[in-house]
Amino acid sequence: MTANSDSIEPVPTGSENWSLVIRPQRNLFDLRLGELWKYRDLTGLFVRRDFVSVYKQTILGPLWFLIQPILTTITFTVIFGRIAKMPTDGLPQFLFYMSGTVVWTYFSDCLNKTSNTFITNSQLFGKVYFPRLTVPISILISTLIAFIIQFILFLGFTLFFWLKGADIKPNAWVLFTPVLLVMMAGLGLGCGIIVSSLTTRYRDLRFLVAFGVQLWMFATPIIYPVSSIPEPYQMLIKANPITPIIETFRYAYLGAGTVSIPNLLYSAGFMLVVLTIGILLFNRVEATFMDSI
Amino acid sequence: MTIVIKVENLSKEYRLGQISGGTLREDFSRWWARRLGKPDPYLKIGEEDHGNRQGEHIWALRDISFNVEQGKVLGIIGRNGAGKSTLLKILSRITAPSSGQIKVMGRVASLLEVGTGFHPELTGRENIYLNGAILGMAQKEIEHKFDEIVEFSEVPQFIDTPVKRYSSGMYVRLAFAVAAHLEPEILVVDEVLAVGDAEFQRKCLGKMSDVARSGRTVLFVSHNMSAILRLTEETIVLDKGKLMLSAETPRAVDFYMSSGFAQEGERRWLEDEIPTSAAPFRPLALRICDAQGRVIETARSTEPLTIEFTYRLDSPITGLRVGLYLQTSRGEVVFTTFDTDEVSKFETHRLRQNGRYVSRCEIPADFLNEGRYVLGVNASSYRVRRYFQEEQALTFSVDATGAPGSHWPEPRQGPVRPRLNWKISPAAEQPAYGEPLIERTHSGGRTADGD
Repeated sequence: MTANSDSIEPVPTGSENWSLVIRPQRNLFDLRLGELWKYRDLTGLFVRRDFVSVYKQTILGPLWFLIQPILTTITFTVIFGRIAKMPTDGLPQFLFYMSGTVVWTYFSDCLNKTSNTFITNSQLFGKVYFPRLTVPISILISTLIAFIIQFILFLGFTLFFWLKGADIKPNAWVLFTPVLLVMMAGLGLGCGIIVSSLTTRYRDLRFLVAFGVQLWMFATPIIYPVSSIPEPYQMLIKANPITPIIETFRYAYLGAGTVSIPNLLYSAGFMLVVLTIGILLFNRVEATFMDSI
Repeated sequence: MTIVIKVENLSKEYRLGQISGGTLREDFSRWWARRLGKPDPYLKIGEEDHGNRQGEHIWALRDISFNVEQGKVLGIIGRNGAGKSTLLKILSRITAPSSGQIKVMGRVASLLEVGTGFHPELTGRENIYLNGAILGMAQKEIEHKFDEIVEFSEVPQFIDTPVKRYSSGMYVRLAFAVAAHLEPEILVVDEVLAVGDAEFQRKCLGKMSDVARSGRTVLFVSHNMSAILRLTEETIVLDKGKLMLSAETPRAVDFYMSSGFAQEGERRWLEDEIPTSAAPFRPLALRICDAQGRVIETARSTEPLTIEFTYRLDSPITGLRVGLYLQTSRGEVVFTTFDTDEVSKFETHRLRQNGRYVSRCEIPADFLNEGRYVLGVNASSYRVRRYFQEEQALTFSVDATGAPGSHWPEPRQGPVRPRLNWKISPAAEQPAYGEPLIERTHSGGRTADGD
């Protein structure tokens, strides 16, 4: 009991000791990030739950995190490298495709999983309150763990090819990796929560997303280098905010392609805009979405 | 006393279109129609306003204001759809109000959320941590209370087993143990007491009174009037989203039981009161009649009374049974009966063709005690489907003038007041205690074994 509530004087309105005021639609910019921090234990437990429950009752368990990128890379190498004979900026095909796949998978997983936040958790959200953003944020983190495992695998293959004398030149841009990851996570989260907020109203979007992410991959230099694209399409590829991130990543670890600071700034700006819109929208939907599900 | 919950002019409006969920196409056509100045293409033709519904909008709560003082146990009663759950949902921040506000002092937790977020693949231990965090406990707090939670749950030997291997009883006990150790300043309880066995329910109610005794506040939503009377001091009555009464519990319960649905011994159902899920069964009227067939509101306990339930079947139903529940105004069930309880009746009415029917039964004279009673109805095919149910369809009073023992002006306890055939006669000399009784028990045991 605080001193305030024991005082005998009439409490003037406005100075009452309420710990919580439940009101209609909150201020658009009242994001209550402090509350999100208070629930950090919950975020951690969600990460653990996602991670543990994925491989329980599977034979290979966490090995799946390694099998997926290897199989994808092999497929790409055979189809796009050997059969279609697409150029890879002079890099070993395997490493070229793997670098693209690993980074892209992080982004697309973030997007796909966060875009289902409201639908898959409607049971939970319908019964108890906690900051809803803990769910997408925990997804970013558990996806990051998977990424790190796959990234180490990529480093292993890079080392292997380097020892074999392949023409790869890792450089100081490697130190830029965390920034690239933050940009990926931000873009994935931003797009994901925009979609998840809209799917509470329009279920159609769910189908569009799974399909759209696939198409998006083809508009990103995952299976081809930017340099191989004819001039009229270059604009399109460069308008894609993921392009500079993938290009920088490849340049950092393999030494081929280009790094352009303005393009990176464009991606960063794009990410900030998408993330801001996403969080504002999410915040708005969070208050009343239970009425429409 | 400090006020810990202050509800001010709280309203909640639902858009019917929203509940059914829209598609992009639908919204687009709506928007297009508006632009062209045409009416909404998805509005149902001939929709009328009744009661709390206005066109496409429905007021689940309308302009509710009340305060709750610290340490009070507040009961919330009302029929289905009265707005009780909406109120709790707003209070536990699952959905936001449309206007007005609630000011709260302290942490709110509800027993709505028992077991939410339990993941079947995780062990009991892992789920305690996860569930605790979802309910808003810090990791330290859970660690601190962990042993107590496990003990309360009565499943210590399975704590490292995935909960998908638990029986449903164990699952609920573990879930409740976590919720019960949340120690919120304000606890919201919504009829979850219906889950679990009697012993477990007793524990729950015990926990609830502990919470109240330790100076914390409880909001208790229930249809069980005896639980409300036992556990709460003050009660609010909601009806169609409005606050009808806020008073001491006995007065509120009396008001609730005797108003709203009681219509002079007769209850008629209007078209819009019947859920569409009831089709092809359609209740028409429920009546209490005296021996002369007149509809009455107060019956005399010394005379027989007839209960008539009129209904219509829009298509034939096989195995239909139409039943009545009689409850006292405190919520204790007196009896449950069905019109095809007799095997011979069940066989002759195995298939009921469409048409109007009356199921009628007579409650004999000298059966009910004085007081207020609540009559519920039910229409179902056993283990196939329940067509219609209304637990509080009608209330009526029984007057005990002339009943056995009414020459002593004292209230008699119990819902029944039978006229029993007492015999008083001089007793023969008592035989020695013990022997004959023991012999009887023995012979009884033997016959049971022989069977």
